[in-house]
This record gives sequence, C-alpha cells and structure tokens, in this order.
Amino acid sequence: MIYLQILVTIFIVFALSKLFFQKQKNKISWTALLFWSFLWLVVLIVFWEPEITSYLANILGIGRGADLVLYLSVILIFYLLFRIFVRLNRIESDITKLVRSDALKNVRKR
Amino acid sequence: MNIFIVIPAYNEQKRIGQVLKDLSALPYKIVVVDDASSDDTYQLACSYPVDVLRHRINRDQGAALQTGNEYALSQGADIIVHFDADGQFLAQEIKEVIKPIVEENYDIVFGSRFLGKKSELPFFKEKIIFPLARIFNRVFLGIKLSDPQSGFRAMTRTTAQNIIIEQDGKAHCNEIMVKAHENKLKIKEVPITVIYHEFGQGLSGAFKILKDLLFSKIIK
Repeated sequence: MIYLQILVTIFIVFALSKLFFQKQKNKISWTALLFWSFLWLVVLIVFWEPEITSYLANILGIGRGADLVLYLSVILIFYLLFRIFVRLNRIESDITKLVRSDALKNVRKR
Repeated sequence: MNIFIVIPAYNEQKRIGQVLKDLSALPYKIVVVDDASSDDTYQLACSYPVDVLRHRINRDQGAALQTGNEYALSQGADIIVHFDADGQFLAQEIKEVIKPIVEENYDIVFGSRFLGKKSELPFFKEKIIFPLARIFNRVFLGIKLSDPQSGFRAMTRTTAQNIIIEQDGKAHCNEIMVKAHENKLKIKEVPITVIYHEFGQGLSGAFKILKDLLFSKIIK
C-alpha cells in the first residue's frame, strides 16, 4: 500500500504544480484552481487515511468507504460530463452565429 | 407581394440545377444557402438568377434555413417558403402552399405527404418511422399534424420574425411546429407530393432528432 500511496502522492504533486502554472499563465480561473486543488487534496487525504471514508460512509449509511468513494466519483464524472455537453452546445451555437453573419455579409446577388 | 423561396443545399450538385431551373420560371425570389458543400453546388447555384449565400463551415439544415430566413427578411420578404434542393418537392405546388396565407390569413402552412396526394414513400418510413414520429410529436410536443417531418412550408414575415430556428440539425422541423403551436399561430396543412430519390435520414437520423430535442429540453 505504501508504494501506491507514494506513487499517488507524486502524481498529485505533479497535477497540483501543473494547476498552479496554468493559473500563473492565466489559463484557468480562480474557481477552477480552487475546485481542482480541493479535489486532488481530497484524493491525497483519502489515499493516506482511507479510514476517513469508512467513517463518512457509516454516517451516510453506506457499507464501505470504498463504495462511498466510487459513488461520489461517478456523480462527479456525470456532473462534469454534463457541464462539457452544455459548454459544447453553446460553442456550437456560437459557431453557427458566426458562420451566419459571415454568410449574410457575402451574398452573391443575382 | 414579395415571395422568397429559401433553399438550403448541401452537396446537391446532381439535383439543384433542375430545381433552380424549375423555380426560375416562377415569379418568386430565390435564395440558396449553400451549407459549405464540398462539391460544385455553390458554383452551380451561382449560374442561375438567384441570390446565393454560403456557410463557410457546415452547420446543417436548420442553421441554413435560419440564415435564409434572416436574409429574406432583410430583403423585405412578405412570405418565406422553405424548399428542398434535392428535387423531392414540386415547384408548381408552391402556389398551393402559399395560398392559405394569401387568401385565408394563415400564419404558417405545412406541406404534408399524407393528405391525399400520392407520394411513394419507402415502406420502412411510411409504416414504422413516421407513425412513431407522429406519436412522439403528439405525446411529447403536443403537435397534431399528419406529416411529422415536413420540409416544405410557408410562413408570413411576422412568423419568420417570431420563430427563430435554434435547432441547427434536422430537429428544426419539430422545433418550428412546436414554436408555431406555442405562439398560437394559425396553422394549416396542405397536401403535397414528395418524390423519393433515396432513403434520406433513416432510423439513425430519427434517433439524432430525438437526441437533439431531448437535449435542448434538458439544458434550457
């Protein structure tokens, strides 16, 4: 287990440093930085102190800590997927507007 | 009266020539919206006495129709007719589709393949896809029209100003019907003839329309 914990820690340090660099270059917003930092820190804590999840799982009436982690992950992934869909849809309709205004400016009259 | 025929066209070089030839003989103003075709549709359209607009990126039929509507409105259209570039509709039936608007003050008229005139539909479409689409329209969208996917329609200037087509894909058919109902417009269906050249959208197309409609409900 200790090897896995070290590997995960190294990965998270890498992910966090990447986040900070992106923030420095102003590629992501404060909200995104805080959200992802929080998420990775939670992952870090869970890997070093897995009992925490069992404790939380018991409070919520879920049998095992690992189950709770899985449930939350799935919910999070679906939420992010939905956000991406919505964003994609908006970009699509923005492209249409651009293409349309370009077409309306360059009409070949009879 | 300013009557505009809006024709969205995507890779229709084989058939658009004949369509434009038939239409040119009639007293209408014609607008072709080339939806970034990769063939010679644009060049061909330009060789006829019609206005030609071009999407630089393919945005699909609904988007092209809205572009055509906005152009026609900017040119002072009183009536806008949507017509297909692939020759499946008959040019001489345009006058029948706009008649209820001119003579009876209807706001929007849909052409229907299922009202008397003889259209030869592929078996699978007639017996399975369309009945299902009709049930879907009735149950989920509250539309009671005989032709669930009619692409031949005419609308007044005010209607075109009020119905903004937001469905870029094929779901614009349903969208226009829904919005016509929501705006409590005077709606009429008239019989038209449809000539099938090929099988068109098929089942996967139907699923895409469903997906587009459901998704637009979720994110609104």
